[in-house]
Amino acid sequence: MSPHGNPEAPASSATEIKREAPKASPKPQEHTEHAWGLWEVFVRSSRGLSHVHAGSLHAPDAAMALRNARDLYTRRNEGVSIWVVPADAIAASDPDSKGAFFESPQGKDYRHATYYTKSEGVKHL
Amino acid sequence: MAAQNLQSVPVELTAGTSETAEADGQANFDRVIAEDSRIEPKDWMPPAYRKTLLRQISQHAHSEIIGMQPEANWISRAPSLKRKAILMAKVQDEAGHGLYLYSAAESLGQNRDEMTDALIAGKARYSSIFNYPALTWADMGAIGWLVDGAAICNQVPLCRASYGPYGRAMVRICKEESFHQRQGFEILLELSNGTPAQKQMAQDAVNRWYAPALMMFGPPDDDSPNSKQSMAWNIKRFSNDELRSRFVGMMVEQVRVLGLTLPDDQIRFNEDSKKWEHGPLDWDEFHEVLAGRGPCNSQRLERRREAHDDGAWVREAAAAYAQKQSMTTKEYAA
Repeated sequence: MSPHGNPEAPASSATEIKREAPKASPKPQEHTEHAWGLWEVFVRSSRGLSHVHAGSLHAPDAAMALRNARDLYTRRNEGVSIWVVPADAIAASDPDSKGAFFESPQGKDYRHATYYTKSEGVKHL
Repeated sequence: MAAQNLQSVPVELTAGTSETAEADGQANFDRVIAEDSRIEPKDWMPPAYRKTLLRQISQHAHSEIIGMQPEANWISRAPSLKRKAILMAKVQDEAGHGLYLYSAAESLGQNRDEMTDALIAGKARYSSIFNYPALTWADMGAIGWLVDGAAICNQVPLCRASYGPYGRAMVRICKEESFHQRQGFEILLELSNGTPAQKQMAQDAVNRWYAPALMMFGPPDDDSPNSKQSMAWNIKRFSNDELRSRFVGMMVEQVRVLGLTLPDDQIRFNEDSKKWEHGPLDWDEFHEVLAGRGPCNSQRLERRREAHDDGAWVREAAAAYAQKQSMTTKEYAA
C-alpha cells in the first residue's frame, strides 16, 4: 500500500493480524452521541523494523483511524506501515503488581552471557 | 504520545486496604521523582500533580489549536506558491501538536470533548500570544522566529518532564518546531535584504512581537505561584525568568544576522549573574490579555466556535457511517 493509498480499501496489515478486527470503534464513555472512540497507533518506521507505539487518536472507524494516523504521525516520512488498534482491545499488565509480575527473571543472572566469565580471553566465544 | 490509560488486567490477588495502597503509591511516586524517572498513566500520582499537569497540558493543547489562526489567515495571502505550501505545512503541524497534547491530557483521565467544550465556551486558557493580530506578511516571519523560538526555548526542557506521555509529546513537537523557527527567520532575512520598505516591514513586525514573545515564558519568578511545585515535581526544569534570559541572549545574536534590531535598549549581559537582562515588560497588559481582554480574544474564540459548529455534520456523518457499517457486518455474520 502506498503511503497515500486508498483509505477505503482495507489495510492489508490489519487483516493479517486479526480477520475479525472490529471495523467500528468501540463505544467510548459517551460524552455526546457522536463521540469517536480512542485508537492506539503503531508505526513501522522502515522495512525490517517492528511497529512501535506512536500515539493515539480518535476516529469513528478503522479506515478513518488509519487515514488520521497517516496525517498525524507520518507527515515527514516517519513510517512505511501503520497499525491502528481500538484502545480498549489492548490488555495491559497492572503497574501495581509489577514487582511480583516481573519477579521471575530476578536473581537469574545465568540467563545472560555475562554470567559466564571463565571463558574470558577465549577467542570467538 | 500517550501510552494510554489502558485497561490493565489484575494478574494476582493483592490483599490490602486503600490506605496502604495510597501510602505505597505515594512512596513509589516519591521514589520515581527522586530518581528523575518517569510517571506513566496507570501509576498512582498525587491529585495535585495530576491537576497541575492537566492544567498545563490542556492550556498548551489549546494554544496550539488557537495558534493556527493568526497564520492560517495568511495562507491565501502568501507571496508565492512555495510560501503558501510552507505555511500550510506549518499550520497543519500546529493542529498535530494540539492533538498530541490532547492525547497526553486524556491519558490523565480527562475527556477530550470536555476540553474542546471548555475552550469554545471561553472557560479554558491558552497562551496570550495568540490574541495579538498578524498585520503584515512580515508577521509570519516574526511569529516563526520569535514566537516559535520562545516556544522551543520553553519546550525543549519539557521533553524531560516527569510525566511520560507529556515528555514524549514534547519530543515530537520540538522536532517539528525547529522547521517553524527557521522558516520564520528566512522570511525576515529575505525582507531585511529587500527594498527599504520591506526591511521596514520586517523591523516593524519584530518591534510588535518582541515583548509579547518575552511574556510567553510567563510571569516573573516571584509572581509565578505554581513554578516552584512544578519544578519540585520535575515537570518544569527551569524558572520562567531563567528561560526568558536565555532566550534574550539567543535573539541578540540572531537579530544581528537579520540586520534588524530588538526594540529594547536595556538588553545587557550581566557579568556578575552571567545572565542576559532586558527592559521592563508590561505585565498589566499580559494579565489583561490572559483575562480575555486582548486585541483578538473574542475573534479567536468566535472563529474556533464557528469551525467546531461547521464541522459538526462531518463528525456526525462519520460516526453514523461507522455505526451502519458495523451493523451490516454483524447482520452478515449472523
